[in-house]
Amino acid sequence: MSKHLNLTLHVWRQKNANCDGKFVEYPAENVSPDMSFLEMLDIVNEGLIRKGEDPIAFDHDCREGICGTCSMVINGRPHGPKERTTTCQLHMRSFKDGESITLEPWRAEAFPVLKDLMVDRGALDRIIAAGGFISVPTSSPQDANALPIRKEDAELSMDAAACIGCGACVAACPNASAMLFVSAKISQLALLPQGQPERYTRVRDMVAQMDAEQFGTCTNHGECEIACPKGIKMENIARMNRDYIKASLTYRPATFGGGAG
Amino acid sequence: MELNSRIPDGPIEQKWDKHKFDLKLVNPANKRKYKVLVVGSGLAGGAAAASLAELGYEVECFCYQDSPRRAHSIAAQGGINAAKNYHNDGDSVRRLFYDTVKGGDFRAREANVHRLAEVSNNIIDQCVAQGVPFAREYGGLLDNRSFGGAQVSRTFYARGQTGQQLLLGAYQALERQIGLGAVKMFPRHEMLEVIVVDGVAKGIVTRNMVTGQVESHVADAVCLATGGYGNVFYLSTNAKGCNGTAIWRAYKKGAAFANPCYTQIHPTCIPVTGDHQSKLTLMSESLRNDGRIWVPKRKEDTGKPASQIAEEDRDYYLERKYPSYGNLAPRDISSRAAKQACDEGRGIGGTGRGVYLDFEDSIKRLGQNKIEERYGNLFEMYERITDENPYKTPMRIYPASHYTMGGLWVDYDLMSTIPGLFVLGEANFSDHGANRLGASALMQGLADGYFVIPYTIGGYLASIKPGSRIKVDDPAVKATEQSVSEQINRLFSIQGKQTPDYFHRELGKVMWEYSGMGRTEAGLKKALELIPQIREEFWHNLRLPGSGEEVNQSLEMAGRVADFLEIGELLCLDALNRRESCGAHFREEWQTGDGEAVRDDENFCHVAAWEYKGDGSAPVRHTEALTFESLHLATRNYK
Repeated sequence: MSKHLNLTLHVWRQKNANCDGKFVEYPAENVSPDMSFLEMLDIVNEGLIRKGEDPIAFDHDCREGICGTCSMVINGRPHGPKERTTTCQLHMRSFKDGESITLEPWRAEAFPVLKDLMVDRGALDRIIAAGGFISVPTSSPQDANALPIRKEDAELSMDAAACIGCGACVAACPNASAMLFVSAKISQLALLPQGQPERYTRVRDMVAQMDAEQFGTCTNHGECEIACPKGIKMENIARMNRDYIKASLTYRPATFGGGAG
Repeated sequence: MELNSRIPDGPIEQKWDKHKFDLKLVNPANKRKYKVLVVGSGLAGGAAAASLAELGYEVECFCYQDSPRRAHSIAAQGGINAAKNYHNDGDSVRRLFYDTVKGGDFRAREANVHRLAEVSNNIIDQCVAQGVPFAREYGGLLDNRSFGGAQVSRTFYARGQTGQQLLLGAYQALERQIGLGAVKMFPRHEMLEVIVVDGVAKGIVTRNMVTGQVESHVADAVCLATGGYGNVFYLSTNAKGCNGTAIWRAYKKGAAFANPCYTQIHPTCIPVTGDHQSKLTLMSESLRNDGRIWVPKRKEDTGKPASQIAEEDRDYYLERKYPSYGNLAPRDISSRAAKQACDEGRGIGGTGRGVYLDFEDSIKRLGQNKIEERYGNLFEMYERITDENPYKTPMRIYPASHYTMGGLWVDYDLMSTIPGLFVLGEANFSDHGANRLGASALMQGLADGYFVIPYTIGGYLASIKPGSRIKVDDPAVKATEQSVSEQINRLFSIQGKQTPDYFHRELGKVMWEYSGMGRTEAGLKKALELIPQIREEFWHNLRLPGSGEEVNQSLEMAGRVADFLEIGELLCLDALNRRESCGAHFREEWQTGDGEAVRDDENFCHVAAWEYKGDGSAPVRHTEALTFESLHLATRNYK
């Protein structure tokens, strides 16, 4: 086993959404390279509590890279230096002894800071609520195998569905655009036959909500794809744009006839 | 306390149909006059909240995460069982029912398990309709894999992310209802108390985890879908935030807690690396299809690299002890065998608490490409965590706490012993008996949420006059709210020296040592001595920073640890009283000469449900007899 590390952390501290924040320096000493990044922060925090100081607030939960809760910018990169790795799966062996590490929250107008490294990502839920679903109430639908789906389509759909909704794409984007996130859901459903009836209303409604939440627009920087811990591809954005254009061109306001009988 | 399971009469195949017909209905125009609270937004809670709102009830849903999409159901890898018989291999509702009862070592309630098997097919249909991208074959039909404890191929999956995809399906259904205004969602809200008035559940008290505000929510019924209590062991495969607080507070308000000693240890997790460890990561059980498990025959070899240990010096102990199931022996059996090898001093890795899971032979036989195709993502995850390449050196694995079969006691309608309080998913006790089979947790969560509670809650609500809900400023509501604030203040007033995590780790060590994979009378008695000591120290030496009126993760953790310090004690007490070995509950005094569990059907073919009698008083153990009308009690045998 390699030797333990001594590091210096520069951490964004902000009491709540209404206060200004600032960077504060903390030593992280005797860090085992086998620790996860969050375990390193746990130990720093336990030290702070024992000294009577306020521990660093950060979001985390499953610690196995699937829930999408953990969210911090490490040395300028969302989720840190390792590709396709969430913060919780990043290990300290990715750092060198004596290194300084800067920790910031996701930065975006649409993600207000709640405290320190913790932000409010409710905007992403509201975009899903606007149309990121297939309208099928709990009931007795047809047998699952009554609708064969091409394996290639199912695989592409699954590629898009792998999004964990962490928001790293937004944090990485110079425009704070959420288009990688939004397009992943649109693609997943547009690639499946079940998603066709609502395909064009879905893209219109989700994009409208995305704009209302103050996310920026994609200008093809591609930072999102690099930051994404789940390898979601920009081709989803292209697919979304095509569907959005078609939806806009073919849009007709709904007309309602009179009631029956 | 009366434990009336309210199992409907008639042949087992007809009970659920008959019961659905017998249940009273709520008039469509009246549904909006009833309010239901759903606590938890995982498979059970998310599915329930969406389905109840679709029916027309007013629903409020609560979760401690920042979004309902993050509930820990999301981490399930393997799959979900259903009796579709798509492979013509002899599967049926009856076979799934039988396998589940047998897997649970005949300690589950027959009627509930049969209903679970019946609705399993409907779950797959529902999820496909929602757009869940299950794995498919080239013909476009759904693919299946096999899983431990079954001899048919009935597990539906979405790569290694089945839980994620099923949860997102339920989450999207829930978000749709939120968008329509039919569900009001409260993320970052932790439930801290049930409001019980005249013995009936009338609401909950929560703490807003952003503002710190303690708030009451009143309703006509409450559904708890808050998951299991596996984090009582500190290290587990559960998420860091998973906790037993909601069900524990309900227990202390009168809900019986059933079979707390039924806790499952999963055999294939990445071993602990040091004291800093905060959680354990599971490696899917499917790896045991192609990996061979071994330890060195001699203690002296444990320090050597695996490659320098000759074939004849390796002990493939599962293949040796269980020649017919070999490396695919059930979870409890594999876990105990690993512990035994390490107890003998033959464990590997820095801590001596690990065994090898070796793919060398499979790579030789099938080629690296095939192994990569099957397990690529798992190998990648293993390497990310351990920095070792499992294609070149064998994986190191060790068992870890994973799932809790025990939970709040519920009747056939999923109602606890508190009228109006329903319990769904892992939080209840009903379907898995003493041991849960792989790919059955997802099935149960969704069955409860989509297809059981929407029917059974109607039967309860129909008995209440619409619009008779208690007011939020009722003195009984205010008193409960006050008790929550007092508990928070009490935690802040201690001002000792140790962090909440410190006490959680101390508890975990005791639980794992004395109530983990193997349990003895002496060990459990020791644990029952030590746990109150840790609890005593907690209430005298806890240190909390900051205040309750802001984001305070230490306060959240302290409240959960306080409850775990009590849950752990009940778990050990239940384990001490269950003087038999069954499923995942292994009492070392009850085993055969070659280490197999010995069940005592004469004295323990029952559910043990504990009734709270006040702090400082011993809880009372009630029993619900288990009768097997449709199946015969048999000894589990996987040799």
